[in-house]
Amino acid sequence: MKKITDIKWLHSTVDAFDSFLRVPNTVTASGVHARDCNDLKRIMIIVVIALVPAALFGMFNVGYQHFLYSGQAAGFWQMFWYGFLKVLPLFLVSYITGLAIEFGSAQIRGHEVNEGYLVSGFIIPLIVPVDVPLWILALSVVFAVIIGKEIFGGTGMNIWNPALLARAFLFFAYPSKMSGDQVWVAGMSQMDGISGATPLAQAAACEPFQFSNWDMFAGFIPGAVGETSVIAILLGAVILLWTGVASWKVMFSSILGALIIGFICNAAGPEGSFAANVPAWQHLIMGGFMFGTVFMATDPVTGAQTEGGKWIYGFLIGALTIIIRVFNAGYPEGMMLAILLMNTFAPLIDHCVISRNIKKRIARTNQTK
Amino acid sequence: MDKEIYRKPLFLTNPVTVLVLGICSALAVTVQMKGACIMGLSVMIVTGFSSLFASLLRNGIPNRIRIIVQLVIVALFVILIDQFLKAYMYDLSKSLSVYVGLIITNCIIMGRIEAFALGNKPWPSFVDGIANGFGYAMILIVVSFFRELLGSGTLFGINVIPQSWYESGYMNNGLMILPPMALILIGIIVWVQRSIQKDLQEK
Repeated sequence: MKKITDIKWLHSTVDAFDSFLRVPNTVTASGVHARDCNDLKRIMIIVVIALVPAALFGMFNVGYQHFLYSGQAAGFWQMFWYGFLKVLPLFLVSYITGLAIEFGSAQIRGHEVNEGYLVSGFIIPLIVPVDVPLWILALSVVFAVIIGKEIFGGTGMNIWNPALLARAFLFFAYPSKMSGDQVWVAGMSQMDGISGATPLAQAAACEPFQFSNWDMFAGFIPGAVGETSVIAILLGAVILLWTGVASWKVMFSSILGALIIGFICNAAGPEGSFAANVPAWQHLIMGGFMFGTVFMATDPVTGAQTEGGKWIYGFLIGALTIIIRVFNAGYPEGMMLAILLMNTFAPLIDHCVISRNIKKRIARTNQTK
Repeated sequence: MDKEIYRKPLFLTNPVTVLVLGICSALAVTVQMKGACIMGLSVMIVTGFSSLFASLLRNGIPNRIRIIVQLVIVALFVILIDQFLKAYMYDLSKSLSVYVGLIITNCIIMGRIEAFALGNKPWPSFVDGIANGFGYAMILIVVSFFRELLGSGTLFGINVIPQSWYESGYMNNGLMILPPMALILIGIIVWVQRSIQKDLQEK
């Protein structure tokens, strides 16, 4: 009988499932390697686990917002079930499209399929509006995975965060599905005369807030599926930091950067503007700031690699986010563009940090001579 | 005359995808096919005739001031084209704005004069110029085809996407209107070309 592992032309696919279900029996043959149990697969799974609280809360909030804005009363499970049914297709489309491309391209190149898409596929449904048409979501996943990742050589070689690239594609290609005050609440387009604006959009338009700080902190506000609840995101952050998967330096310096620029804007911004309207600390609980800081700025592939570089990288992400939010009326949310821009500069930051270190060490050796 | 002179620029040494010249205008004027066609035609005429006249004058041009002489020749044809467009296709010349004038700085033209016309007889130089202009125009037309079709749902300004598609949820892709997408499309063309012609791939 022919074994399934003998099918040569499906080698990548067979190998992927084989190593996904079982530990591969090939080990590195030569050299000394310091190894621990954290391989790529485990890191990816930990990030997915850390995302689960935000995803679950997101599902509940989709239902909560829908019943709130349509004025119907509903119980907890009814809200959750409604949201679950709304969000599930997003996950399915994201994973099926993305993994199909991953398997296909690995097959064409004769590479192993790697786990890179597990996290991106989980993040993408969490950072889009719940009512986004599924074909548009699929298109943006195709764009992000092919243009953002595969042409650079696949997982680990990409310059930009693929999930954010998918969102950026959506944002620029189909702005009417991605911004405004009609997209953030499920079924909004069927309701007349109601504005489902996010707090950021209200602040950018200098309108008074409808939402209390507690609502924004706990996440009972309209917004992208997974970004609203700071509590759920902090829970994820605890998991990431406790397991050592994400860098606390990036998270901390990003928050620091946002606060410092926020305070400067508060102090120096003109009266009645976005800057004067929102206190610096409130920026942290609005929009996608926390989600981006915890789950996307800390991406080990696209972020800065050096320890010193992480401080600069994180700080500039936070600072740029606030600058974009405050000074560019066209983009109420700055997190996506700030992270993508800093992804571009991360190699440069690393280069500067390393060459500075080299200079310092050369000077030190010359002194001791 | 060697057939390679007009064959090569179309594919093997295409000015845009292989020599990577004239990219700026390729990003700027490819939103609509009409503009791209006129732009491609203009560049074709300018490269062809500039090469022809540079080649005619090649033995009389002092080597030390040849760049400035070449520029004068190129500028002559660019101004002629610019004035012609303003006189007969005013709307189009408005929408192409400065990019017709900027043909002067298009690297393809200077490149072909320097590399070919100054060392060859007038007729081959003319053919080389026209062929390179055509290679450029070809890429412009392919890029603008996708940008206009997917970005505005039209071709040459005529609606080609049926209304029923829009009603069932299809939408134009706004990113296609923006210059970054032109760069990505040219990148994809380069990708396809190098997959076909393996020896163009860098090691």
